[in-house]
Amino acid sequence: MSTATLDSKPTVPDEIPSFTATIIVRRFDPDKDAEPYWQDFDVVMYGTDRVLDALHKIKWEQDGSLSFRRSCAHGVCGSDAMRINGRNRLACKTLLKDLDISKPIYIEAIKGLPLEKDLIVDMDPFFESYKAINPFLISNTPSKDGKERKQSPVERARFDDTTKCILCAACTSSCPVFWTDGQYFGPAAIVNAHRFIFDSRDEGAQVRLDILNDKEGVWRCRTTFNCSEACPRGIQVTQAIAEVKQAVMRGRA
Amino acid sequence: MTTIEAPRSPKPARTRRRGINGEKWGWIYMRASGLVLVILIFGHLFVNLVSGKGVNAIDFAFVAGKLADPFWVVWDTLLLWLALIHGSNGIRTLINDYTRTPLTRRILLIAVATATAVLLILGTLVIYTFDPCPAGAAANLVPSFCQGR
Repeated sequence: MSTATLDSKPTVPDEIPSFTATIIVRRFDPDKDAEPYWQDFDVVMYGTDRVLDALHKIKWEQDGSLSFRRSCAHGVCGSDAMRINGRNRLACKTLLKDLDISKPIYIEAIKGLPLEKDLIVDMDPFFESYKAINPFLISNTPSKDGKERKQSPVERARFDDTTKCILCAACTSSCPVFWTDGQYFGPAAIVNAHRFIFDSRDEGAQVRLDILNDKEGVWRCRTTFNCSEACPRGIQVTQAIAEVKQAVMRGRA
Repeated sequence: MTTIEAPRSPKPARTRRRGINGEKWGWIYMRASGLVLVILIFGHLFVNLVSGKGVNAIDFAFVAGKLADPFWVVWDTLLLWLALIHGSNGIRTLINDYTRTPLTRRILLIAVATATAVLLILGTLVIYTFDPCPAGAAANLVPSFCQGR
């Protein structure tokens, strides 16, 4: 037995290829500016870098006043949804090389929510809608023998898609109906209602269906599919909304 | 600190309106009437523009002849009501989406409702009170069945 050794040395390129990306960020400082404005930054980046890395580079090396939200930086926390080249994406999941780097990259805050500073918006209206649909398990029957509530794989698969939501607001802030007056519940709230409406353990479907049968509920959806395209988790948002519509019509999940 | 005024934040504490909510029925109406309208409209277009002598057949006599037939009276009535309400309901949702103040919304909705009601009444009136054989009309301009009168 011999210890595995490296037969040939790995080829390391002398220099990792880099490129200069132009990032144009929509800036807004409530203390100084009356209106948001665009500001250019040139950053040297590598093929493995994401938009979030470019923003970090700007913030750490060029302009410390640039404000944006990010937490996990790995596409799970949902903090850094922003409008990149006109599409809602997570900055931490968008590789620069996937964008057209021969042109400037435009980055702005998500639309439809009150702008607070640079790329940060007030998420309260978004979470108000989320809270309104009772995003928790509702059950009036005690669990069997005081143990866990069991569920078959088929029952679980029924709402699997909508469990993936990370509440980044990319879908809701891409919805043209939400842009109009912000009264619409928005795709994210409906997706999270779907997650419980079709859960076999949950008994609150009727309550949620009543809430979403509201004037500002599912019927304001125009099936534009902006939400499905924007979702960084690949949730079929429009389909989930359509399923909730069907459930409202039938009067049950 | 000034923030950009929030034009789109939800009204404080979602006030759930009581009473009947028509949105669901509006939505269902659009789907149901849409399906029926596909048949009605293409049937209408085919009979008027393609079958027989095609578009050249359309004159007073052609229309009068059609409206003397109970089948086409029912067809045209359905077409009128379903299409007009379908269209005005679509405009209503557009108004709800795009108006900025409650006042403009109100004015536009009332205008659409009035126009729809007037057109429905006028259209229905024409379909059911239409006289295919007006007195003193030249024989070659009116339908053939007018001769015996």
